Amino acid sequence: MKNNRFIIFAGLIAIVAIVYYFATNVEQLDDEDKTMKVAFVYLTNPGDHGWTYAHEVGRLQVQEHFGDKVETSYVENVPEGPDATRVIRELAQNGNDMIFTTSFGYMEPTLKVAKEFPDIKFDHITGYMRAENMATGNIRFYEGRFVQGVVAGLTTKSNKIGYVAAFPIPEVIQGINSFAQGLRSVNKNATISVVWANTWYDPVKEGDAAKVLIAEGADVLAQHTDSPSMLQTAEKAGVHGFGQSSDMHDFAPSAQLFASVNNWGPYYIAQIEKAMDGSWTTGEGPDHWAGNTWKGLSDDFLVLTDFKNMPASVAKAAQEARDGIADGSINIFSGPMMDNEGNQILASGEVLDDGGLWAMNYYVEGVIGKIPN
Amino acid sequence: MIDALILTILMTSVPLILAATGELVVERSGVLNLGLEGMMLMGAVSAFALTYASGSLIVGLLAGIVAGCLTAAIFGFFVLGLATNQVATGLALTIFGTGLSGLIGSDFVGKAIKGLPTLFPESFSNIPLIGVFFALDAIAYLSILIVFLVWIILFKSKYGLILRASGISHNSAHSLGYKVLNVRWCAVLFGGMMAGLAGAYLPLMLTPHWSEGMTSGRGWIALALVVFASWMPSRIIYGAILFGAITIMQLAGQARGWTIPPQFLSSLPYVATIIVLVLISSRGSAKYLAPSDLTRPFIASK
Repeated sequence: MKNNRFIIFAGLIAIVAIVYYFATNVEQLDDEDKTMKVAFVYLTNPGDHGWTYAHEVGRLQVQEHFGDKVETSYVENVPEGPDATRVIRELAQNGNDMIFTTSFGYMEPTLKVAKEFPDIKFDHITGYMRAENMATGNIRFYEGRFVQGVVAGLTTKSNKIGYVAAFPIPEVIQGINSFAQGLRSVNKNATISVVWANTWYDPVKEGDAAKVLIAEGADVLAQHTDSPSMLQTAEKAGVHGFGQSSDMHDFAPSAQLFASVNNWGPYYIAQIEKAMDGSWTTGEGPDHWAGNTWKGLSDDFLVLTDFKNMPASVAKAAQEARDGIADGSINIFSGPMMDNEGNQILASGEVLDDGGLWAMNYYVEGVIGKIPN
Repeated sequence: MIDALILTILMTSVPLILAATGELVVERSGVLNLGLEGMMLMGAVSAFALTYASGSLIVGLLAGIVAGCLTAAIFGFFVLGLATNQVATGLALTIFGTGLSGLIGSDFVGKAIKGLPTLFPESFSNIPLIGVFFALDAIAYLSILIVFLVWIILFKSKYGLILRASGISHNSAHSLGYKVLNVRWCAVLFGGMMAGLAGAYLPLMLTPHWSEGMTSGRGWIALALVVFASWMPSRIIYGAILFGAITIMQLAGQARGWTIPPQFLSSLPYVATIIVLVLISSRGSAKYLAPSDLTRPFIASK
């Protein structure tokens, strides 16, 4: 009996193996046609009206731009970690030519799978690790926050700005400091109080943080977390704020001054075009946070929604700040620049390079408090 | 400024009070429902969806309560009907509720509604000192009333005695002729209704939009709160306000530039719960102990 069972078991395994072999082979035959297959890996549901939604808009732009020449697909709700490795590997096995992984936490899973599939092009968003077939892309999110700072400085009456932030990582600190530079360029008396929510996403806590900041006297709020609750709270309390990642006008029609919107479409289209004509590279030099593509307002990677709920003079100042950053006449982090403890960071005439941006572990003048460890 | 902080603390504690009171009744009857988070999410998504569709907050609130109750009925079917393991079933219910609410809610992400109004006219809230207590919505006052009623029923009525007996020794209650399973069914459904109402409070009052997993662990805090309150209803109010105050004060402290690590403050509710557990077991007073038949399935002997 035992022997019989063993034979049946071995037979089953053999059948599964044969079927699997043919199934994968059939798929390999499929991609001999000329359509390029591009896959996207999403952290959440694309309907989140935040981070993933912006990527989905980019994917749709790709589909519209290339038509039949490119076939796109996506996998949503992929947790960062071992699950991501499995999903990315599956996409690679299913004959995709190019795979975009759209969250920082996919960095190591992407690298791992990239090494297993040297013929497939991988493109990781917001990371710093690269391989011969793995490129990185990022947006200069902080540029939009400078413009927010300018508008906040001209809008505030209490001279107190509230800032709801997720985690003290370089990207978020860049944003706070950039905001402060914009704020102080127009209003030297205004200060920023930062509240760390210690989460990217907890609507109730984000709302609570906003309520607390308003109770402490803030009349303009900014956020570096993902839900619209801060703006809803601002709307209810009759103060102003800025939208995050996507236009949140519907949540706060009279509170949202404007939103910085991540615009991934141009990046995706450029990368796919390069992959088609053979000019796609992963860049030179050491691994670097900036990746091989790090662009902002100048290349429309970051776009600002219409300036609303502010006088024309403020909207004009905002537009000038935006255009100044885009054409390079405004350098956000240029000397003289002090941290908020009075130490000089940049002497007059100096500017911060990309390496310096990713090494920020201080608040600039105008921000209250210390960065938590 | 202090008024606004107190108001925020009170509002943050309302869903905790509601969910924990429901769970307290469930646990007093001898059932542990770890699916609180899942039931709250089902309540939240149903309340938002129906408020959005109908334009009526009352319809939304009722939908939240019914959804919580139905989710609890699934739990009851397995735990009471089939005598499955309560811990495993409860955890499964949380996962189920999280997933199903996300599915139902996917069409409602990014939609906004008008939240609950305050119960009293706005001028009341300008009264010095006590004004803040008039600035709440109807559900907040209702939550206090419910705690009071639960206390009356649990400790001053025959039905409460039967319910507590089912939790302490279901065999004794059974041999006295009480229908333990029916008692537990009532408790589980009541717990579901309360969790549904607590969930509904989030998208209707605290943040008038729906987003996936928006309870963000408040179900687990409510579970900790039941232990913190050592299964006594009135203590749930103190505990919820204390937990709410810790949450809000750590945010306020940051805004004022205090240097206490926020991570430490975020963990305080759980630390406080563990301290209470240690105190309970070291004192050994049976009055404050967990119902002794908690998590033990009841199978009637014939």
